[in-house]
Amino acid sequence: MRLSYPADIRIVRVPCTGKVDLIHILRAFEKGADGVSVVGCMEGDCHYNSGNFRAKKRVAQARQILDTVGIGADRVQMYNLSSSEGPRFARFAEEMAEKIRALGPNPVRAAANQMENQTGGGR
Amino acid sequence: MIVAEKKPMEEIIEEVKRFENILVLGCNECVTVCEAGGKKEVGVLASALRMFFLKQGRKMRIDERTLERQCDPEYLEEIRDVADGYDAVVSLACGVGVQFTAEHYPNLPVYPGVDTCFMGVTEARGMWTERCQGCGRCILASTGGICPVARCAKRLFNGPCGGSSDGKCEIGKDTVCAWQLIIDRLRALGRMEEYERIAPIKDWSTDRAGGPRKIVREDLAP
Amino acid sequence: MSTKTPSRLEKILAAGHRAVTSECGPPRGSDPAVIEKKAALIRDHVDAVNVTDNQTSMTRMCSLAACIRLKQMGLEPILQMVTRDRNRIALQSDILGAAAFDICNVLCLSGDHQSFGDCAQGQNVHDLDSMQLLQTVRRMRDDGKFLGGDDIARPPQMFVGAAANPFADPFEIRVLRLAKKVSAGAEFIQTQCIYNLDKFEQWMTQARDRGLTERVSVLAGLTPMKSAGMARYMKNRVPGMDVPDEVVSRLADTPKEKQPEVGIDICVEAIERLKDVEGVAGFHIMAIEWEEKVAEIVERAGLYPRPEV
Repeated sequence: MRLSYPADIRIVRVPCTGKVDLIHILRAFEKGADGVSVVGCMEGDCHYNSGNFRAKKRVAQARQILDTVGIGADRVQMYNLSSSEGPRFARFAEEMAEKIRALGPNPVRAAANQMENQTGGGR
Repeated sequence: MIVAEKKPMEEIIEEVKRFENILVLGCNECVTVCEAGGKKEVGVLASALRMFFLKQGRKMRIDERTLERQCDPEYLEEIRDVADGYDAVVSLACGVGVQFTAEHYPNLPVYPGVDTCFMGVTEARGMWTERCQGCGRCILASTGGICPVARCAKRLFNGPCGGSSDGKCEIGKDTVCAWQLIIDRLRALGRMEEYERIAPIKDWSTDRAGGPRKIVREDLAP
Repeated sequence: MSTKTPSRLEKILAAGHRAVTSECGPPRGSDPAVIEKKAALIRDHVDAVNVTDNQTSMTRMCSLAACIRLKQMGLEPILQMVTRDRNRIALQSDILGAAAFDICNVLCLSGDHQSFGDCAQGQNVHDLDSMQLLQTVRRMRDDGKFLGGDDIARPPQMFVGAAANPFADPFEIRVLRLAKKVSAGAEFIQTQCIYNLDKFEQWMTQARDRGLTERVSVLAGLTPMKSAGMARYMKNRVPGMDVPDEVVSRLADTPKEKQPEVGIDICVEAIERLKDVEGVAGFHIMAIEWEEKVAEIVERAGLYPRPEV
């Protein structure tokens, strides 16, 4: 099964979405990511019982913080699927990529770039 | 432990927005356990602040540091060499740590990053409840080990009041009636006769009412 | 039985009469006419009138000032004092203030939590609790001493009462609690509104068994219901209130315009039944914002005219 998904997605593999902490999501944005999707197992199917539920709560926290700092909650999203659902993963990836393209670039990165240019790009 | 809650980020932003170099300072003790002001929370707050100000087009330096404790001078000394480099500190320690940090660095503005709430326990994951108000004269021996000062909404020494219903307090169904707990426990211990004793009028002079409190131990003082 | 104070309530009880008390809630304003109007409606039908102290934690004219108004009208006020709003200095001071106007009944309460009222963000004091307030008043009266130990010039002559709720939880300690209040110095007790007569009688039996009715005068508390809606509200919303289903359904099965009448019937029937309960020394009729019905209830229950003492 060779499925294509958007090339501008970088996959970070974790043993379980329960491993994804709030700070990981925030750091991604701080380093310039335009969006983050957390893709976990189906609810109720977590190998560690509640890992994906923890992730869900952290995604909710991240959304709140991203709204506060002006990046916008919509840039982070949780998806659930089972490991055999390759096509579904590809569809989610496409959906997220479209959503992010519509939102445009991460405004923090944009602001940082602008500042770099104003100061002559010197670091 | 001392239980605290993260302050709303908007409130912190409002306090620190006029500064350029900020240190977000956590504490490894109580506030770490209650997940309000430990290393993790320092990381999250600092990251969020950096993004917020960057988006505003402001290049600020927002650093992270977490001390073993902010209520002991020796640990506060650990930032002595870097303190001069900051215009402000956001302390995620309890109110004690915030004040002690400020006392140690008289020229450095220190802002609270948490609301300090009470002395309590981790009753369940994500749930902390109050147990003690530090009144300075413990009466737990006579109340079956359950404190009416901290746990009765009217801190009655001779409770329960008429508002106790199904083991719950009149202020709300989420609040357990402390006196129901006391009675249940005295009964379980076979000590119900203690309930019949009228608790004497409390000497509150060892409480907040007596002014700021101080303990001096001659045997420990240098 | 000899009396210790000039209280008319005490004299009535000492003479073996069934006492009748009622209550007036002070207004949420400074107009004395409001309290005077309420008082005028009940003055000939009761021996003494409770004046509530910021009940349900809603800020109102203070109980002491309203008591003084009643006293000036020739009524016998019962000063309600809650420990929620005043520390021991203020409580002792207000007791002396009341005594300065020869107000000679006091009811010692802890008070509803402030979260029910209009100042939910306020502090509560609870320096003393209701039992400790009872002890305080008795000490001031009997020993002529302040809590601090100094002598009181002209000690207050107060007949001292407390509230009891036979229905609050846990039921097993309700009589123990009454015993504690009696030990703390309560001379009369006014109970929470009684609708569950069986449970009240059970409580009275236990109180008698402990010999408490020999030591304290229990006035059974009654509040007539205006409607089925009020009955449901009392049943479901008021903490520590026990309203049996049959009371609610009796009102609910009555056409709306007849419900107030049935509410009065239920109240009068309760008094008739409780008159025969040994140890019930009188009745405390709390007709909340319905003072005009007190006279009718007292008359129909055969408690009128009130005795002269």
